[in-house]
Amino acid sequence: MAVLSEDMQREIMAFTQCYATKQAALLPSLHLIQERFRCVPLKAIEELAKLLDLHPAQVYDAMSFYGFFRGEDRPLGKYRVWVCRSLPCMLRGADELLTEICRHLDIEPGETTPDGSITLEVAECIGACEVAPCVLVNDECKGNLTSESALHLLDELRRQGGENGI
Amino acid sequence: MEFEPVLLRNVGIPGIQHLEVYQSRGGYQALRHALEMTPEQVVQLVKDSGLRGRGGAGFPTGVKWGFIPKGHPGPIYLCVNADESEPGTFNNRILMEEDPHQVLEGTIIAAYAIRARVAYIYLRYEYGRCYRVLKQAIAELYSNHLLGEAILGKKGFDLDIYIHRGAGAYICGEETGLIESLEGKRAWPRIKPPFPAVQGLFQKPTIVNNVETLACVKHIVERGPQWFRSIGVPPDPNNPRDAGSFGPKLYCLSGHVNRPGCYELPLGITARELIEKYGGGVWKGRRVKAIIPGGLSMGFMTADELDTPLDFNGPTRVGCLGLGTAAVIVLDDLTSMVEALYNSCRFFAHESCGQCTPCREGTAWMAKILARIRRGEGHMQDLDILLEIANGIGIIPGTTICGLADGAAWPVKTALTKFRAEFEEYIRNSRHQKTRRTEVRTVL
Ligand SMILES: Cc1cc2nc3c(=O)[nH]c(=O)nc-3n(C[C@H](O)[C@H](O)[C@H](O)COP(=O)(O)O)c2cc1C
Ligand code: SF4
Ligand code: FES
Repeated sequence: MAVLSEDMQREIMAFTQCYATKQAALLPSLHLIQERFRCVPLKAIEELAKLLDLHPAQVYDAMSFYGFFRGEDRPLGKYRVWVCRSLPCMLRGADELLTEICRHLDIEPGETTPDGSITLEVAECIGACEVAPCVLVNDECKGNLTSESALHLLDELRRQGGENGI
Repeated sequence: MEFEPVLLRNVGIPGIQHLEVYQSRGGYQALRHALEMTPEQVVQLVKDSGLRGRGGAGFPTGVKWGFIPKGHPGPIYLCVNADESEPGTFNNRILMEEDPHQVLEGTIIAAYAIRARVAYIYLRYEYGRCYRVLKQAIAELYSNHLLGEAILGKKGFDLDIYIHRGAGAYICGEETGLIESLEGKRAWPRIKPPFPAVQGLFQKPTIVNNVETLACVKHIVERGPQWFRSIGVPPDPNNPRDAGSFGPKLYCLSGHVNRPGCYELPLGITARELIEKYGGGVWKGRRVKAIIPGGLSMGFMTADELDTPLDFNGPTRVGCLGLGTAAVIVLDDLTSMVEALYNSCRFFAHESCGQCTPCREGTAWMAKILARIRRGEGHMQDLDILLEIANGIGIIPGTTICGLADGAAWPVKTALTKFRAEFEEYIRNSRHQKTRRTEVRTVL
C-alpha cells in the first residue's frame, strides 16, 4: 500500500507543472506531506523520490537541510508553537518567556506534550519584532505576549488539541 | 513638514487587499502606463530613478535588470525575495499583508521590463498570513486578465506568478541560496560569477528583487524618476562611486523604544530622529546604549553615533557593515552587551549553511566562546580570539562564498571595539566572583 494517496500524488504532479524541473516541486511536496502526516515518513520519501525522478537520498538531503521537516520518529503535535528568541524579542523578554513556557508545558524545545497537542520549538526572528515578544502558532503570529497571555494561549491550544488528539 | 507616505499610503484602507478597492485608488494604472512603453524604456526609467535594492545590498535595480543578456530567447525568470529573515526586519511582511496588490503590480511591471514570463515569490513559511492574502490576490488577477495570457490585452505579454513557500532557513534570503532552494536542493549559495542575471534559476537568466524594491518600481513608473530623486540624499560629490540614496524607505524600529513599528521616511533620516520623533524615545525613561542600524548583520552603533544619517553611506562611516535592511534595533542602557552579542553569535552559528569552512567553524566557535564568557568562564584572551575569527571570515576578507559570514563578523567586531571595556569588566568580575549564570537554553 502506498503512503501517498492518489489525491496527494495528483497534487504533487500538479506542483511539478509550475517549474522547469520536477525536482523544484520538492519543497511544496514536503510541506504537503508534513501537513498531512505531521512528519515525513520514510516510505513517503521513497515514493516522492519516484514521482520526482530523484534518488531517495536527494530528497532526504534537501529535506534534512531545512530544520523544518520531521522524520517519522519525531512527529509533530497538533499545534507547533515557535517561540521567537532573536535579539529584538530577547530585548523584550523572550528568554524569560521561553523558560516559563517550558516550565508550564513541562517539556523542552523540540519536544511534544504527552497528549500530542503542542510541539514546542524555538524560532529565529519571525518578522514581527514590532509586537515582541511573540510566538508563531503553526504559521500565525501572536504578539505582545506577557507570560500570562502566553500561558493562557497554550492552555487554550492544549484544550483544543487534546480533543482531537493527533 | 511631515513626509507623506507612498509605500504605506493604502495601509488601513478597508478591503484594500481586494482588487476592486485597490483599483479604485488608482491601482494598476502604473502597469497600464508601463505597457505603453517598451521593456527597455521601463528599464531606463528605473535606472534614471536611481533606485537601489532594498534587500540589503543596495545594488542599483535598473543596472541589475540591464545585465540580462540582450536578445535572450528565454525563459527568463523573476524571483521576488520575500524570505525576509534578518532579525529586526518586518517591512516586507507589512507590504504583503496590508497592500498585496501594490507588491504584485510592481512584480508584473518588473517581469515586463526584464521579459520574464514566470515569476516566483519565495515566501518564508512563517508568513502564513501573507501567503493567504497573496494567494487570494493572485487569483483575482487571473480572473481579471491581469495575469495569464495577453495581460490587459497586450499581445505577447504573458505572465504566471507562483508562490513558493520556504522552510525556515535564513540563508534562503541570499539570492543564490534562494535559487538553489527553489530548485529543490539545499540552500547552498553559489559562487559568483556567473551572476543570476546571466545564469540563475534552472541555469537561465534570473533577476532576484526584494519586495520593497518592487513596490518602489510601481511608484517610479507612476510618478516618474524625477519624483523619486527628489526624495532622499544625492550622491556624495567627493565619492565618484556613490550612487546616492534616493526615495522613501520603510524603517523598522524594534527593541527598547516606546513605539516600535514600521515608519516610511525619506532615506537619510538620522537614527536619533527616528527613535525620538517616531519611536517615542527609549522606553521606561532610559537612554540608548547601542543601536543596530539595519538588521542584526550590520553591527552596533553607540549612543554618540546617533546623528548618523541612515542612508546607504551613513552606517559605514561609523564602522557598521552598511544600511542593510534599515531595521533599527534599540538597546537601552541596562542591556548587557555580552547577552546581546551572545544572541547574535548564536543566531549566525545556527543559520550558517555549513558550506564554507571558515563560516561554519568560525560562527560556531564565536558562539561557543561567547557562551563561555557569558557563563562566567571567559578569559581576557578570548576577546582577541573572537576578533581574529571575525576578521577572517566573510566575502570582504575573501574567505567565504556569501555575505552571511560578514554579517556574523560585524556585530562581533563593532561590539568588541566599541564596548570592549564592558566585556573586560564582565570577564574580570565573573572570574573573580565565580558567579555562574543560570543557563538559559542554548539549543542551537
Ligand atoms: C545571508 C543573506 C541573507 C539575505 N536575506 C535576504 C532577505 O531575506 N531578503 C532580501 O530581499 N534579500 C536578502 N539578502 C540579499 C539578497 O542576496 C539580494 O541581494 C537581494 O534579494 C536583491 O534584491 P534587491 O536588489 O531588490 O535588494 C540576503 C543576503 C545575504 C548574504
Ligand atoms: S558564507 Fe556561510 S552561509 Fe554563506 S555559503 Fe559560506 S557557509 Fe554558507
Ligand atoms: S526578533 Fe522576534 S519577531 Fe523579530
